[in-house]
Amino acid sequence: MITSFLVKSLDRTIVVAVAILLALAVIVPALNLLTAPEHPLHVPTYLVSLFGKYLTYALLALALDLVWGFCGILSLGHAAFFALGGYAMGMYLMRQIGARGSYGNPLLPDFMVFLNWKELPWFWYGFDMFWFAALMVVLVPGLLAFVFGWFAFRSRVNGVYLSIITQAMTYALLLAFFRNDMGFGGNNGLTDFKDILGFNIQADGTRAALFAASALALAVSLVVTSGIVRSKFGKVLVALRDAESRTRFLGYRVEHMKLFAFTVSATMAGVAGALYVPQVGIINPGEFAPANSIEVVIWTAVGGRGTLIGPIVGAILVNGGKSIFTAAFPEFWLFALGGLFVLVTLFLPKGVVGTAQNYLASRRASHAAARKESESEKAASLADAETVAAE
Amino acid sequence: MTGKKPRNLLYLDGVSVSFDGFKALNSLSFVVEPGELRAIIGPNGAGKTTMMDIITGKTRPDEGEVFFKGDIDLTKKDEAAIAELGIGRKFQKPTVFENHTVWDNLELALNRSRGVFATLFYRLTREDKNRIEEILSTVRLTARRDDLAANLSHGQKQWLEIGMLLAQEPELLLVDEPVAGMTDAETAETAILLKEIARTRSVVVVEHDMGFIRDLGVKVTCLAEGSVLAEGSIDFVSNDPKVIENYLGR
Repeated sequence: MITSFLVKSLDRTIVVAVAILLALAVIVPALNLLTAPEHPLHVPTYLVSLFGKYLTYALLALALDLVWGFCGILSLGHAAFFALGGYAMGMYLMRQIGARGSYGNPLLPDFMVFLNWKELPWFWYGFDMFWFAALMVVLVPGLLAFVFGWFAFRSRVNGVYLSIITQAMTYALLLAFFRNDMGFGGNNGLTDFKDILGFNIQADGTRAALFAASALALAVSLVVTSGIVRSKFGKVLVALRDAESRTRFLGYRVEHMKLFAFTVSATMAGVAGALYVPQVGIINPGEFAPANSIEVVIWTAVGGRGTLIGPIVGAILVNGGKSIFTAAFPEFWLFALGGLFVLVTLFLPKGVVGTAQNYLASRRASHAAARKESESEKAASLADAETVAAE
Repeated sequence: MTGKKPRNLLYLDGVSVSFDGFKALNSLSFVVEPGELRAIIGPNGAGKTTMMDIITGKTRPDEGEVFFKGDIDLTKKDEAAIAELGIGRKFQKPTVFENHTVWDNLELALNRSRGVFATLFYRLTREDKNRIEEILSTVRLTARRDDLAANLSHGQKQWLEIGMLLAQEPELLLVDEPVAGMTDAETAETAILLKEIARTRSVVVVEHDMGFIRDLGVKVTCLAEGSVLAEGSIDFVSNDPKVIENYLGR
């Protein structure tokens, strides 16, 4: 059952993408750790972390593609799931600081001491253990998506209205996490992390390992997502995206289908957030900003919605562009991003990868047609020759 | 009440529904027997499509009773549940999944468990494969099995949709204007196909094409202004003065 699911998921593009990701997970850390800084192939640590961050963005975009590209749910709140995963990881990292904080309190993080809190709030219990934090990384976003989706899909909230309430959801979380008495560090968020699983978070080795983990997580998610969309369930998703009421009349419980996809997608976004936080060293409520979720939509659209590979390419391209652009002309970045979105929507509605795939497919088709034609010509001339010979 | 109607496959009694004050159905009563092929005619706005919406759970009636197989109350169920009970519906406009191949359209329609995990780990069995191939040849689309449904002609889409309904294996089929936009040859073949289908299940056809209904040669119900105007053979109904005034005469 599981094997057939996995075999189905592996078409050629996915195999190539997974191979590239796995190779990167080995080669980049190796070039960073094993070569001397003056070696021409040396990858500096800042680049390892930067691309590690891009990979987590790519995972977030992939998660969005599952619901937007295949299921037609334009979520404008996916960064919320990402941020929740990030906060779960951040809480673990905060508790690893222990007595090394500025106030030296062995139990309470600095911001709680600063706010004169006497004991750890109940929802911080357990986060000193990695396995518990890891569980929360998938459970909290997954549960929020499940409850949110349960009400939204059952009430048949669709299209723009759904997008608006996902946006409202992330905005509400933004406001909530800004409050100091929520117990998540308020405005400043969680930062000053020291180590993860006992390793110094600033060390080159840890950074390289986090990069490898991000690449691995992306590869695994790609295989799982591909398996989902190539299964019969995935066909139902596309069917309900294109003709929802027809799908209902065939007897499918559209709301259950959507709920499953939305929840899986949210857990993937949570994992992405959890890998993002240790690599950038901070998580604050700014991650819940509606603009962040909209950016994810732009990456996915640029790369090609509904292609799985596209969102990964899009996330890396746009963020690479952002890194370069914001260094060179910081004040123009948002205009460039908006312009990019408009141009892609107008001229590349299938995104970079979708357009490339279409081009390749049409070339292959015309090749095949040409081959068929020349073969039939050959057969015809052969037949002619035979008749001539017979005469 | 339930004791009185165990034989009827579909039983509508006193069904009324109004939209913004407009009475789309006005105390409509109507019965379909098992294995019956029934044609429904009537002018635009007579409530034909609304009646189908009520039976398939898309619209809830304001008052009245709708029972399936004697005692299943359809007014309490949603579209997916009603489809699973065995009521299939073909829309006026051919609605197939354009981004799927002909084969996948039929595979999706196939009467198999439709839960999240059942579909996630679904494998095409030999039995399912044979069934799909059989339907493909019935609706004459074998040659186009791997083409996207979007690339089919209008008539082929209609046939694919009928094929999808067959794959659903419903006990009751509701067919809304199956021959709209078809050539005469296609229309005649559709009549043969529907009669074939009706041998094993009940079919209700809504149609404007009087020639087509004559081809079917079945009991006809004429609706007007949300209720039944006349019921009987095509000759009986088309000679009814009320029908002539309301529908045919116009």
